[in-house]
Amino acid sequence: MAIREKLSGNEAVATALRQVNPDVVAAYPITPSTEVVHYFSQYVADGQVDTEFIAVESEHSAMSACIGAQAAGARSSTVTSACGLALMWELLYVASGHRLPITLNVINRALSGPININNDHSDSMGARDSGWIQLYSENNQEAYDNYLMSLRIAEHKDVLLPVMTCQDGFITSHAIENIELLEDDAVQKFVGKYNPERHLIDGKPMSVGPYDTVQFYFEHQYQRAQAMIGAKKIILDVFKEYGDLTGRKYGLFEEYKMEDAERAIVVLNSSAGTAKFVCDKLRAKGEKVGVLKLRVFRPFPAAEIAKALSHVKAVAVMDKADSFSAVGGPVFADVRSACYDLKERPLMINYIYGLGGRDVPVENFETVYEALSEVIKTGSTDNFYRHVGVRGL
Amino acid sequence: MSYNLKKECCKPERFVGGHRLCAGCGAGVAVRGVLRALNDEDKSVSGVATCCLEVSSVLYPFTAWNEGYIHSAFENVAATIAGCEAAYKVKKRKGEIKDNYKFVAFAGDGGTYDIGLQALSGALERGHDMVYVCYDNEAYMNTGLQRSSSTPKFAEVSTAPVGSEIPGKMQHKKDLTEIVVGHGVPYVAQTTFTANFKDLHEKAYKAHYTPGANFLNILAPCPRGWRYPPEDLMLICKLAVDTCVWPLYEVIEGDWKLTYEPKKKLPIEDYIKIQGRFRHLFSMPNGEEMIADLQAHVDKKWERLLKKCK
Repeated sequence: MAIREKLSGNEAVATALRQVNPDVVAAYPITPSTEVVHYFSQYVADGQVDTEFIAVESEHSAMSACIGAQAAGARSSTVTSACGLALMWELLYVASGHRLPITLNVINRALSGPININNDHSDSMGARDSGWIQLYSENNQEAYDNYLMSLRIAEHKDVLLPVMTCQDGFITSHAIENIELLEDDAVQKFVGKYNPERHLIDGKPMSVGPYDTVQFYFEHQYQRAQAMIGAKKIILDVFKEYGDLTGRKYGLFEEYKMEDAERAIVVLNSSAGTAKFVCDKLRAKGEKVGVLKLRVFRPFPAAEIAKALSHVKAVAVMDKADSFSAVGGPVFADVRSACYDLKERPLMINYIYGLGGRDVPVENFETVYEALSEVIKTGSTDNFYRHVGVRGL
Repeated sequence: MSYNLKKECCKPERFVGGHRLCAGCGAGVAVRGVLRALNDEDKSVSGVATCCLEVSSVLYPFTAWNEGYIHSAFENVAATIAGCEAAYKVKKRKGEIKDNYKFVAFAGDGGTYDIGLQALSGALERGHDMVYVCYDNEAYMNTGLQRSSSTPKFAEVSTAPVGSEIPGKMQHKKDLTEIVVGHGVPYVAQTTFTANFKDLHEKAYKAHYTPGANFLNILAPCPRGWRYPPEDLMLICKLAVDTCVWPLYEVIEGDWKLTYEPKKKLPIEDYIKIQGRFRHLFSMPNGEEMIADLQAHVDKKWERLLKKCK
């Protein structure tokens, strides 16, 4: 029986962690993810979990301890935001390069500087090429579901890549919404026991993290890339199994009123909700608009996205992070590239929005859909790298 | 515990030959010495920071570690091995592991005195059941002999070269062992390679088998950086101890104890004159003053240590 609850996104993730009962959690405080660690340390203090909780002295050590623990056969997990993720950077690559299926909840927050504690995606977007699978969550329910599924994806023998599950800091992490939880034993049954083929304390000698010479390093990177390619199938299998269990069906992305859409917005995390609201409003007026909400950003579902956008006249890709490439944000670069091989490509523009917690009201999306009408009318994407919500523009 | 080097050396090696450390390097000697002190029935996992030891002992697909080994990065060996220890603790509690495991971190002075100090401090404070071993060769030897905060004053290193204006490194060596003592951990010791390795062996044993996060600082000379003939490794160590440049002591639950006092404290010249990194002190016009500066520093530190050990 599913349990109906009202939880914030942080409490939802903390609850999932309690239900999973990982062997090791190593974490360090940072706003807005700290709350997850508060809840979890209380579970530890109350004996509700068997977890060895390591209150480390930095996020760098949090990821390092997870690497050591996972290599020693322990299911390990951590939580962070923003600068905390940035401090883990070096070790993100080590975790995926060592093929350790660590799970990480990122409560998205803007990177310094100047310092800002509010939401955008500059933290996890910067980590998009670190060999981690990335799942994005519109609300507390998705954050909960994604985390539970992330363990099965990461630990699958054909994947063995770490997974970060992302949700928007404050916007969903601190907002209390209805949620449907699985019962504890159903979670245990779904995630199963972590049984790696080998680990450091299984009684036999093992060396983890060798110096990888010119003769082998390239092959190992190739294998990591192949694992990321292969992960898509496993992700879909796990989504299917979870859907059968819960009734909540997830895909690589969600197509919202896209069947006959002429104008589409590509967006991820909480703003997808606002985009859908505006979409409904315009649909009520008879406008053919849709929303494509990305859920899986790594591996990037390029072929599927291209197919989903192939019939659309104009697309606006929303980026809640700038890549400072001078030609648009990270999601835009990938979505536009995905559509390159289409015989008839949609016109495509990019919007940087909501940086550093700037409110993203419905008017932002109305502006974007209007702009798409203009793009269709003129057929021009000359000025494709745009901003919405910046004062003075 | 009666110590017998011959008997100890008959134990199966946990760190085996075939690695690529230089002849006359102290790192491998330190690792063998520390792991030899483990009880036969105990297994071990060693975490190694990025360093000479790491790049020389596990070149894929080969390994010199006939035990558990993990490397993840430079500055985080204390946190990495702490993660292994946490995994062991929880798996042992759940009855999933039968064997007894001991956890050891190895890092050079760069990975300990400098970039790894934070992770070390965190692990010591949390009190993981582990031993952190610094094999101190007093510079970044792996990357080309650069200065670290462990490099002694006036030593010539590649980022503190001897020039017409500046005669090598201008600061004294950081006293890391004292910093570790400040953490209040159960067992801290300073050692090096002495005649029959008894000092190293006994300290390593205590560090392994005193519950908690314990620390060994092992002076482990580097023939390339210190510029001495490989066969002089043991001589250098003996002189470091007999000049009181590297005193042998241990701190048990905060109580300081000298484990060796030279019958005759030798002048620092005896130690530095056989090392190329100090050669300029014997040719520069104010070399004598510089040597006197080093001697005064050693004397002051030694007197302070004697007081602590009373």
